[in-house]
Amino acid sequence: MSDTPQASSALESSLDGNTTVGGGTDSVSPLTAVGRAPRLRTSWRERFEITLLSGPAILVFVAFVIAPVIAAIYYGFYRWKGFGPPTDFIGLHNYKVILSDPEFHRAVLHNFEIVALSLIIQGPLAILLALLLNRKMRGRSIIRVLVFVPWVVSEVIAGTGLSLMLPVNGAINALLTKMQIFGDVHVSWLGPHMGLWTLMAILTWKYLGFAIILLMAGLQNIPEELYEAASIDGASYWQMQRRITLPLLGPTIRIWAFLSIIGALQLFDLPWIVWGEFNVDRDGVSTMATYMAHYGPRTGLYGYGNAVAVVLFVISLIVAVLYQRIVLSRDISGAVTDGKKKKR
Amino acid sequence: MTTASIEAPRGRRSRNGSPRKPKDPWGSPAVYFIALVIIGLSLAPVAYIVLGGFRDNSQLTVNPAGLPNPWRWSTYTHILQTSTFWREFTNSVLAAGVTTILVVALGLSASYVLARYRFRGRGFMFGLFAAGLMFPITVAITPLFIILNKIHLTDSLIGVILPQVAFALPTTIIILVPFLQAIPMEIEEAAAVDGCSRLSFYVRMVLPLSLPGVLTTGILTFVASWNSYLLPLFVLSDPSKYTLPLGVQQFHSAHGSDTAAVLAFTSLSMIPALVFFTAFERRIVGGLQGAVKG
Repeated sequence: MSDTPQASSALESSLDGNTTVGGGTDSVSPLTAVGRAPRLRTSWRERFEITLLSGPAILVFVAFVIAPVIAAIYYGFYRWKGFGPPTDFIGLHNYKVILSDPEFHRAVLHNFEIVALSLIIQGPLAILLALLLNRKMRGRSIIRVLVFVPWVVSEVIAGTGLSLMLPVNGAINALLTKMQIFGDVHVSWLGPHMGLWTLMAILTWKYLGFAIILLMAGLQNIPEELYEAASIDGASYWQMQRRITLPLLGPTIRIWAFLSIIGALQLFDLPWIVWGEFNVDRDGVSTMATYMAHYGPRTGLYGYGNAVAVVLFVISLIVAVLYQRIVLSRDISGAVTDGKKKKR
Repeated sequence: MTTASIEAPRGRRSRNGSPRKPKDPWGSPAVYFIALVIIGLSLAPVAYIVLGGFRDNSQLTVNPAGLPNPWRWSTYTHILQTSTFWREFTNSVLAAGVTTILVVALGLSASYVLARYRFRGRGFMFGLFAAGLMFPITVAITPLFIILNKIHLTDSLIGVILPQVAFALPTTIIILVPFLQAIPMEIEEAAAVDGCSRLSFYVRMVLPLSLPGVLTTGILTFVASWNSYLLPLFVLSDPSKYTLPLGVQQFHSAHGSDTAAVLAFTSLSMIPALVFFTAFERRIVGGLQGAVKG
């Protein structure tokens, strides 16, 4: 707690500092003007320092992030079982198969259902809980830690536990029966009817903590004075949240929504572990990533798996770019107009 | 100053009479009730796993949602005596520890360059790393496996560590750059006047000043690596190299009928991440503050 005010004040001063200094090269030239070193030597030296400091990071990043993506595009054009170099060039055939496979269509549909439901369910819930946890209340620090527990527990652990709780004769149904409200409960939570909703409940349980962390960090950036001013003007608590908190929390909500969308499109671990490799499609919780893992190196279809990776990446990229273009611009204009309304 | 501004509305309110006071709906007992429900829901699956490890299999079958009666410690002590658990534990510690150190070292250096140097290609470099946010490891796993296979890094922890470092760099850099930009130029200039080169400024000043951000990224990296599943699943096939998440899966499929043992194994493997995170939870919220600002 003690370091947070420092960080924010330091940030502000840096923003001021940056604007006054302008382009950073000016910040070096005063020194050279004093005559410590000739200009050319500084620049060579700088180049050396830049290479020394950023070289390793760029090297690792290019080798293990950029190179695989390029390799995927290359391998995607081949029919290749992984032995020797790929020779059987088949052009776009892999892509034709992927795009006409009904199993892949179902996976894409599930992905987009998960994207939409995550935003609708988790967004409002996370905002409410972040507001709640931001209040001064007894035991707040303990509550904070406990709410984040699901997020810290690994997908494998959560998935293993849940796969033991959710079957028809598992702990969930037994608990509901014990409550004696619903009678004898035999819901098949993992079955095709409930599958997607169970998955949504699991995802909400697992990732709400992260949304709350982000939003709480955003809440701390909102100056207290705004609320004081509003309360002098007689604003109610909910009016303040609607007119001050929500608009000013806009950027944070936007970042969270972006991360949530990308995460939902890439979802893999939980369906894979809770339902298992061969049940995800039947129970309506398959995703593009589980499809990719199923038809990739594990089944020896190296070329095909890479083509699926490319499709998954292209879909994520399109969604991300659309999101940046549409939501980003709309969100900014909305925040500005709201700000004007509030001032008047 | 703040005390004065807090004082002012109070005076005003008392003059107006208390009914006008803005109601804070969170003050009521209902709030504590909501908080309790949320905590209950958050902890229930974890509690099931931990408590299940104290029960035996017949208890678990007859009464899946009951409490341990009697409490059995033997399942836990038995697992703590197996070499499999400790080998996988060591592998996980090694992988997460080395990943965290490398991510902080490489990420902080690259962030320092991006935040404090002006050079051609800076925008491109930033764009390159920012684009990395769009490539979660899921997308790249298939070709990554092929590349690792080619350079003979499959079935080794290095083959898990290096890609983890690479995929953690974008987030790390996005979080750290604002922290480093926040260090006032005057400090750097003063250091330069005192004959401190930019490189030694980096080592002596930047490291301590950016500690909150470093802690945040370090903890996030450690927890992510401790929990990572997809990459080890593809890269490691030799059980002696398994990390704990793979070990949990392996244990589950090998001892599927011994539910109590599975639950005990699972709950033991989540302890380090939980302890680590709980100890530093406040730091994480503080460290993310810079990142969500824009």
